Amino acid sequence: MTDEHVIIDSESDFARSAGKQLAAYMAYAMLAMFLLFFLLSELAAMVGGSSGRGAIDGQSNAITIAIRQEPPQLDHTRASDSVSFTVLTHAMEGLLGYDNDNRLVPGVAERWEIRADGATFWLREEARWSDGRPVTAHDFVFGWRKVVDPATASIYAFIMYPVENAEAINSGELPVETLGVRAVGDRVLEVSFEQPTPYFEKLVAFQTFLPVNEEFYEATQGRYGADADQMLYNGPYVVSEWIHSASMLWEKNPLYWNKDNVGFINVIDVAYITEDVNAKLNMFKDGQIGDTQLVASMLPSAMEQRWNIERFMEGSIFWVVSNFRDGRITRNYNLRRALQLSLDPVEFVYKVLKEPGYMPGTSMFPYWIKGAEGSFRQEHPPIEHIPDVEKAREHLELARQELGIDEFPPLVLLADDTPVGSITAEYLQASFARHLGLEIRIDKQIFKQRLLKAEAGEFDILVNGWSPDYDDALTFGDYFASWNLSNRGRYSNAELDRNVRIGQTSLDSAERMRAFAEIQRIAYEDAVVMPLYERGWSFVVDPRLKDFNRRVVGPEVDYRFAYIDVNDE
Amino acid sequence: MRWYVAKRILQGLVTVWFIATATFFAMHSVPGDPLLNDRAMSPEIRANLEAKYGLDQPLARQYLVYMGNLLRGDLGISFVHENQSVNDIIRERFPVSAILGILAIIIAAVGGVLWGALTALYRNRLPDYIIMFLVILGISVPSFVVAALSQLTLVTLNQAVGVSLLPVAGWGTVWHMLVPALVLGLSTMAYLTRLMRSSMLEIAHSDYVRTAKSKGLPPARIFTRHQLRNAILPVITVLGPQVAIITTGGFVVEMVFAIPGLGRFFVEAVQQLDYTVIMGTTVFYGAFLVFMVIVVDLLYGFIDPRISLQ
Repeated sequence: MTDEHVIIDSESDFARSAGKQLAAYMAYAMLAMFLLFFLLSELAAMVGGSSGRGAIDGQSNAITIAIRQEPPQLDHTRASDSVSFTVLTHAMEGLLGYDNDNRLVPGVAERWEIRADGATFWLREEARWSDGRPVTAHDFVFGWRKVVDPATASIYAFIMYPVENAEAINSGELPVETLGVRAVGDRVLEVSFEQPTPYFEKLVAFQTFLPVNEEFYEATQGRYGADADQMLYNGPYVVSEWIHSASMLWEKNPLYWNKDNVGFINVIDVAYITEDVNAKLNMFKDGQIGDTQLVASMLPSAMEQRWNIERFMEGSIFWVVSNFRDGRITRNYNLRRALQLSLDPVEFVYKVLKEPGYMPGTSMFPYWIKGAEGSFRQEHPPIEHIPDVEKAREHLELARQELGIDEFPPLVLLADDTPVGSITAEYLQASFARHLGLEIRIDKQIFKQRLLKAEAGEFDILVNGWSPDYDDALTFGDYFASWNLSNRGRYSNAELDRNVRIGQTSLDSAERMRAFAEIQRIAYEDAVVMPLYERGWSFVVDPRLKDFNRRVVGPEVDYRFAYIDVNDE
Repeated sequence: MRWYVAKRILQGLVTVWFIATATFFAMHSVPGDPLLNDRAMSPEIRANLEAKYGLDQPLARQYLVYMGNLLRGDLGISFVHENQSVNDIIRERFPVSAILGILAIIIAAVGGVLWGALTALYRNRLPDYIIMFLVILGISVPSFVVAALSQLTLVTLNQAVGVSLLPVAGWGTVWHMLVPALVLGLSTMAYLTRLMRSSMLEIAHSDYVRTAKSKGLPPARIFTRHQLRNAILPVITVLGPQVAIITTGGFVVEMVFAIPGLGRFFVEAVQQLDYTVIMGTTVFYGAFLVFMVIVVDLLYGFIDPRISLQ
């Protein structure tokens, strides 16, 4: 026997020597971990990854940003979400576009003409695809046909219905070749309408109307827009790299015809994709991204830090709509009027919600809608809403008599399960209970289920929002038309319908605006809709990043006119 | 041995088939409609979409078609990412989750075994109390809190130093992985520590340890050969499922640290009712879990010769 054999006196002696052994193991483990990390870092360095260039890189004129979600796809014939639209705004250009002040400006079309029966667009010679091919009228014809083709199954096909035969083609009744759009040579695009469409120039600024090169499209074999190299670009930027769910790289397009006036930053590095606003704030604090969105809870500390906070209206409006289907007590005018009169959007937005940038709703048309000359709201001010609980109770009493009931049944309020959606529902519940003694049963649902229930009409009152597709009053004005499927309450009013028709087809812009003013009046007086708020976003922006924008129509964020000023620390 | 493996694989396949079937019918009975969108759809647009995804067929037929495709290894096209196949989505994103998960499990296993052994050695003394307190904290504090707090700590640290010591988010280099892997492995490490501690204590009072001590074997040897090696068995048992849980359940960490993993994608798919992605990822995860359990059972035979694989 060797001297390895020790007499163990006590437990503590055992613990001591076993502890020593354990300490040795720990040391080994640490060493092994260190080695593992060293190995991994060497491996990772070979693969490459996040550049870590920092938020603003003045030297190479580059910025780093984060986006909310992986864009589902960049095939604009099928894209329907705002993240994809944001990328498309930077990488593509349609016939017309918007400048930094939200004015309609020429894009691929250098001039155009809208008539009662159709439109003509003259395309500029310098417009190029990112592979050098010219952008021609044929590319528009091909792209538009793809949208209405039933095989594409595009959700946004309806936006093209003003074009002749679009609806019939989309329902499979006519072949796609009959679509009312044709190329006269390479540089003239002729469109014929189904009916007069005075707002068509605003419509074609929408992403669904973008061009696609047929030859390239066919070469991708159904993968158009699925990867960075599966797409041709004609906008101020090209997507030069797209690692799914991880990052994108937008680089200035050297072939873009207007490159001197749009796209001042050379490289936009979309290095992060996450929906977590707190994580994005941390990245901003760490100097990794150039801007990030602020929510209510972040605002006090942001103010304290004296950050550069910019506020933008987002364009959408949130409201409460009533259900007009048979058998719903909300069909009763006096009940709706009572709800309307007891509601105070000002109190709700400023005292309850307190989200930065939100504006109390006063009309179904947001403040930024343009009128015949200037602002629609100035030309046709909405009826001033003065909450009046006394009068509300009178109307409620009338409703009780008309309905012939002693006690009102609980009203079902359908809402989203988002934080703001929950606060809204709870406020309405408390407000209607306090002022009118009505019981509100909140039905909170996830987005898709809320949509399903809204479509099926399983509610008395519904909280939802509407955001604009194009910069014209009609994008809100036709919401309550009896034929509009998005009109979830199935409101139907011949007088309102007649005005929507005028808004859709009249070539006289003053007459159109008068029609929208009528719609605005009916919606209020008949208590069809109770606007709650117009949504706004606050962003904290790196002081060196100038002219970052978020507009009411179009992309979530717009860097096309942004530039770097390194002197401003 | 060979028969045992074949039998286990067959059992695994049945399990995966069962998972696929249950998910398929559960998913279709979830309220909501994957095709619905903010913009109301006209019947013809809806019909076009339904035809594209085969949703116009009766459910039983959809099931048969899906199973047929599954056998051929085709998981279909995503509803949301309309021009990407679910196979591609998994191929691109799973490696990210896997690397992060393996790193986390290594940290958790090594840490758990060592800390567990330490607390058992110093039972009811100060190191034991401190570590067990941290263990309770690690188990009970949810990962989204730990993730957010650690990120905030990183930001504060970076600001204090004036340079970016470690990236606060993103993916690509090993430095991006360090903190997320730690956070992800934390609760598993805590769990394993507790498991290891009780296992060690049980063995410390076993007959063979007492015999070894009375034989006068060196403590270091008793500790390593008799105690650690035997105590580690229960840890190995839970390790298999834990690997699967960690590599698949990291969606909170993936979200906070902006990591392009499959876990995050899976959760987004459920929210958006992306049928094909839900099915594809669930079946994939199910198969992965079953595989890990089989691997651990096989490993048993090597670690503990007393167990024979029959």
